[in-house]
Amino acid sequence: MTTDISHHLTEPLLMAYSAGTLPEAFSLVVASHVSLCDECRARLGAYDAVGGAMLEDCGVASLGANAYAETLARIAERPEAPVPPPSADLATFPAPLRDYVGGDLDAVQWRAVGGGVKQAILPTSADASVRLLSIPGGAAMPDHGHRGAELTLVLQGAFHDEDGTFARGDVEVADEHLNHRPVAARGVPCICLAATDAPLRFSGLMPRLAQRFLRI
Amino acid sequence: MTPDVTTRDWSQVLSQIRSHRDQAAFADLFTHFAPRVKAFLLRSGASETLAEECMQEVMATVWQKAHLFDPSRAAASTWIFTIARNRKIDALRKQRQPQPEDLTWGPETEPDQTDVVILQQETEELGRALATLPEKQRDLIERAYFHDLSHSQIAEETGLPLGTIKSRIRLALDRLRHAMRQLDRPK
Ligand SMILES: [Zn+2]
Repeated sequence: MTTDISHHLTEPLLMAYSAGTLPEAFSLVVASHVSLCDECRARLGAYDAVGGAMLEDCGVASLGANAYAETLARIAERPEAPVPPPSADLATFPAPLRDYVGGDLDAVQWRAVGGGVKQAILPTSADASVRLLSIPGGAAMPDHGHRGAELTLVLQGAFHDEDGTFARGDVEVADEHLNHRPVAARGVPCICLAATDAPLRFSGLMPRLAQRFLRI
Repeated sequence: MTPDVTTRDWSQVLSQIRSHRDQAAFADLFTHFAPRVKAFLLRSGASETLAEECMQEVMATVWQKAHLFDPSRAAASTWIFTIARNRKIDALRKQRQPQPEDLTWGPETEPDQTDVVILQQETEELGRALATLPEKQRDLIERAYFHDLSHSQIAEETGLPLGTIKSRIRLALDRLRHAMRQLDRPK
């Protein structure tokens, strides 16, 4: 696992993921970061432990008359779960993201959106959206503010903005108050996974056009 | 089998299921957890029929995925909670809950017993901390975990402004954090 991650998930995000109240798009970014970050995995484990303690303590419901036999019947219908393949340490994408893409980086169905920027929107529930973005090294993303929350995980390369430098594994948590202008570091394209819960508002004419094409 | 089920070490029972596909152990685990999983689903808004069906699915998954249970990383209740939560999101919200990559351990490696014991003590401590929380704080945490409420929905239900809710959850979690400090540390 990576040890040089310096930008992590916030407590509210970890708790909401644990309680199961996040939109699917945000859960995908959280699960992807946790896959790469031992620290946030341990912090999430603490929230899950709260859930477990609540489960122990939330009372009991009476079961159907044949609940146990019916459960055994369900088990009999299921195949034994295969032992999961060893984690693909060489992959660019962590397992939950590979699930949504149908493979690693080379399987992404990119769509060019101008200026060398490419994106791929991933299918999730409609309450928020998540996309992969590829920004050429040295290029700037359109200037934009947020109407809602935005969660961005870097998977390759790096970008920097007012909040600092974000490299592989780093996650930026932005709310409506941050008006930022991320610039990709020189070198390989910066590949990010970005979830938004409201349309971004870009400032300026060109970006407005980009917004239409980006479907942000 | 131990007659006093409340003092059973469920992580040990689950490890039995993991290592030996022990059906008697599964029956005990079912007796303890199935009624709790169903109560959790009912309190989350599932109908009686849906809660029964989802509970059976959850318990079947517990058997099927027992090989992924690592008692040095999670208590049995924690692990079963995550399975029940995922099922709840699937059934009640019609969404997937993307899961972090599983940490696999080789077929020969066994979890470190020291870690297992420490985790067990921490989990008991956490349970005690939760039990002694002031009623109001406990109520909010319960709502967050069981009723599938976002912070703003909690505000609507209680008529309290969002800022208050956030700081109350914060306060409750700060108290919990003391008990969870060991759990928080990266392994
Ligand atoms: Zn982290």
